[in-house]
Amino acid sequence: MSTTTITHDEEHHDHPTGIMRWLTTTNHKDIGTMYLTFSLIMFLVGGAMVLGIRAELFQPGLQLMKPEFYNQLIGVHALIMIFSALMPAATGFANWMIPLQIGAPDMALPRLNNWGFWLLPPSAILLTLPFTLALFGIGDGAIATGWTFYPPLSVQGGIGVDFAIFAVHLLGISSVMGSINIIVTLFNMRAPGMTLMKMPMFAWGWLITAFLLVATIPVLAGAVTMLLTDRHFGTHFFSAAGGGDPIMFQHLFWFFGHPEVYILLLPVWGFIPQILQTFSRKPMYGYKAQVYSLWAIGALSVVVWAHHFFTAGMPVPALLYFMYSTMAISLPLAVLFFCWIKTMWRGSMTFETPMLFAVGWIILFGIGGLTGLVLADVAADAQYHNSYFVVAHFHYTLFAGGIMGIMAGVYYWLPKMTGHMYNEKLGKVHFWLTAIAFNMTFIPQFFLGLAGMPRRIPDYAIQFTEFNEISTIAAFALGFSQLLFVYNIVMCVKGGKKATDKVWEGAVGLEWTLSSPPPYHSFTEQPTVN
Amino acid sequence: MSVESNEAEIASSKLKLANKKLGLKMLWFVAGAIAFSIALVPFYNLMCSITGLNGKTDNSASSIAKAKVDNTRLVTVEFVGSVMSGLGWNFYPKQSSITLHPGQIATVLFEAKNITSQELAGQAVPSVTPGEGAVNLKKIECFCFQKQTLKGGEVKEMPLRFFIDPALPPEVKVMTLSYSFFPAVEEKK
Ligand code: HEM
Ligand SMILES: [Cu+2]
Repeated sequence: MSTTTITHDEEHHDHPTGIMRWLTTTNHKDIGTMYLTFSLIMFLVGGAMVLGIRAELFQPGLQLMKPEFYNQLIGVHALIMIFSALMPAATGFANWMIPLQIGAPDMALPRLNNWGFWLLPPSAILLTLPFTLALFGIGDGAIATGWTFYPPLSVQGGIGVDFAIFAVHLLGISSVMGSINIIVTLFNMRAPGMTLMKMPMFAWGWLITAFLLVATIPVLAGAVTMLLTDRHFGTHFFSAAGGGDPIMFQHLFWFFGHPEVYILLLPVWGFIPQILQTFSRKPMYGYKAQVYSLWAIGALSVVVWAHHFFTAGMPVPALLYFMYSTMAISLPLAVLFFCWIKTMWRGSMTFETPMLFAVGWIILFGIGGLTGLVLADVAADAQYHNSYFVVAHFHYTLFAGGIMGIMAGVYYWLPKMTGHMYNEKLGKVHFWLTAIAFNMTFIPQFFLGLAGMPRRIPDYAIQFTEFNEISTIAAFALGFSQLLFVYNIVMCVKGGKKATDKVWEGAVGLEWTLSSPPPYHSFTEQPTVN
Repeated sequence: MSVESNEAEIASSKLKLANKKLGLKMLWFVAGAIAFSIALVPFYNLMCSITGLNGKTDNSASSIAKAKVDNTRLVTVEFVGSVMSGLGWNFYPKQSSITLHPGQIATVLFEAKNITSQELAGQAVPSVTPGEGAVNLKKIECFCFQKQTLKGGEVKEMPLRFFIDPALPPEVKVMTLSYSFFPAVEEKK
């Protein structure tokens, strides 16, 4: 093994302390930590909102809140979970781990990286401020259209819509900056000898995510900007009365929206195989097949968008096209599932918390994918569209597939990041509580959907009461279990058993060759990969 | 300074330059994506007119047909009703299809029921397939011309009076008229 020396970046030499350190930092680990912390806080905020929603749904009729407020909670909950919890968590890991995994001293564009993060807190304020303003009689609260911004409601709604539109602009700029940084880092900063086809799977997942973001975020930004001009400048992109077309908004939104669901998951599909390989103590199965599948899914994801509004009126050939192309995505996805399972096959497996989350993730995300196939069937979707079945489907993909995947990553890398082991027993308790409460929350929602309970309505017919009660109780259990997660992280940051450099017996990859925690400047001696 | 560390410094400033270059190239990519998103609007309208995706009807009242009834052919019009999320209604056509001569005036009823206990307003958005027939579907009276408001639990029959313009291209024999009810903001009283 030979080494190449890389000099320190000048600007890194004297780092300020206190708040200025965080405001001005260009260090990839500091920025990663800020992303992850922000994500955790927003996860709790979004979670608190949804507990309000579930409390209202405990009984039929309206007990706790007005329908308008209920609708606002639903929309802001979704926007926060997607844009302020899940996406920043993935970006946080990218910042922390991509330079370590590819043997780079830092991200390629450190200053851009700092700006990318600092756009997030203002966007979170924009999303939540309308609630507070309404308390003082300004406006009538936050956006009430759900996260999808559908006109005509979003054209007619109050200032909450404007706030949400500007929040989306900031979030969009932030993700595009983050993506450019990741793309440049992966293309220019890999250690000598690390060809693209030797990159860790996490880097691959993020490379495709970054391209999807750069290609689709502008479409979302464009669509919400048209909403803004419809609202204030007299254009008629989406109002039927002025010659526009509300259905066009759905096309534009979902042209971004469907790739977005893969944007949320591709990074997770990257590091889960790494976790599986670590705790199965054998090499990842089908590396090439996985990389090609990731590309195939990324490419297919931009041509299937209309499956989100089959019922809005489409000619039969279009229905058939969108049905079959959607179903086609499950083929590369099945290849991935096969590789994940085969990676564990006959390995000498142990079930530390990250592995528990990873294995549970495969099963639960599998349910999410299979129920997606059901929804992709045009004839079945006519019944399930807009019902709780859809809600259950996307929580199996986003909570199990997204958040629980991220949790696997947190437990996996936390000892590396902090230099301390977390409390293993508490981690396992957290996993089991989360997995059980999650299923208890969302399995009833499949049945409610099949029985015809519509989504985004605060009130429901009395025959749905029992299942809603179960779902609400379990949701509270799910919510409060997350406090264990927070406690475990805080304690691990503060102290605990020292972690070794390798942390896990079966760990492979460059990040495990550095000390735990890694030095402020990673890889001042750039490693070479054979 | 040793020769070795000098070389390293040159390498690192070269890398910085390369990073900046690639970063700027990516900005072009973003600019392209923005241009693409703006181009999607005319592209969408073009696609609609070519493929008949989401055929738009003239959403204002047509005057009663002066056109003669064309007794030589029959056209079947099928009806579909759906409700978008956030609007707690059931909505469906009371008859699934009607067969009539072009020029003949027909009335069909849709029924909407507010299944919640609050007053809710909705706006129906039509779509006709195949698109090339869309302009020939002439509405005289339609619940889709204005917002509709239903009190909690209210059931309302909503009429649609229309005729097919005899100018309808002869190859169109079956048309589907779909209405999606979107949630709308109630008029402040
Ligand atoms: C094979 C995999 C999948 C298929 C075939 C599939 C199919 C579908 C279909 C057809 C719908 C529309 C249902 C309706 O509104 O009537 C839907 C909704 C949704 N799916 Fe999936 N899906 C899959 C995987 C995923 C994944 C991986 C995610 C997220 C990471 C996801 C997130 C969502 C979300 C968020 C919605 C609801 C959007 C909304 O209306 O707000 N799906 N899915
Ligand atoms: Cu989709």
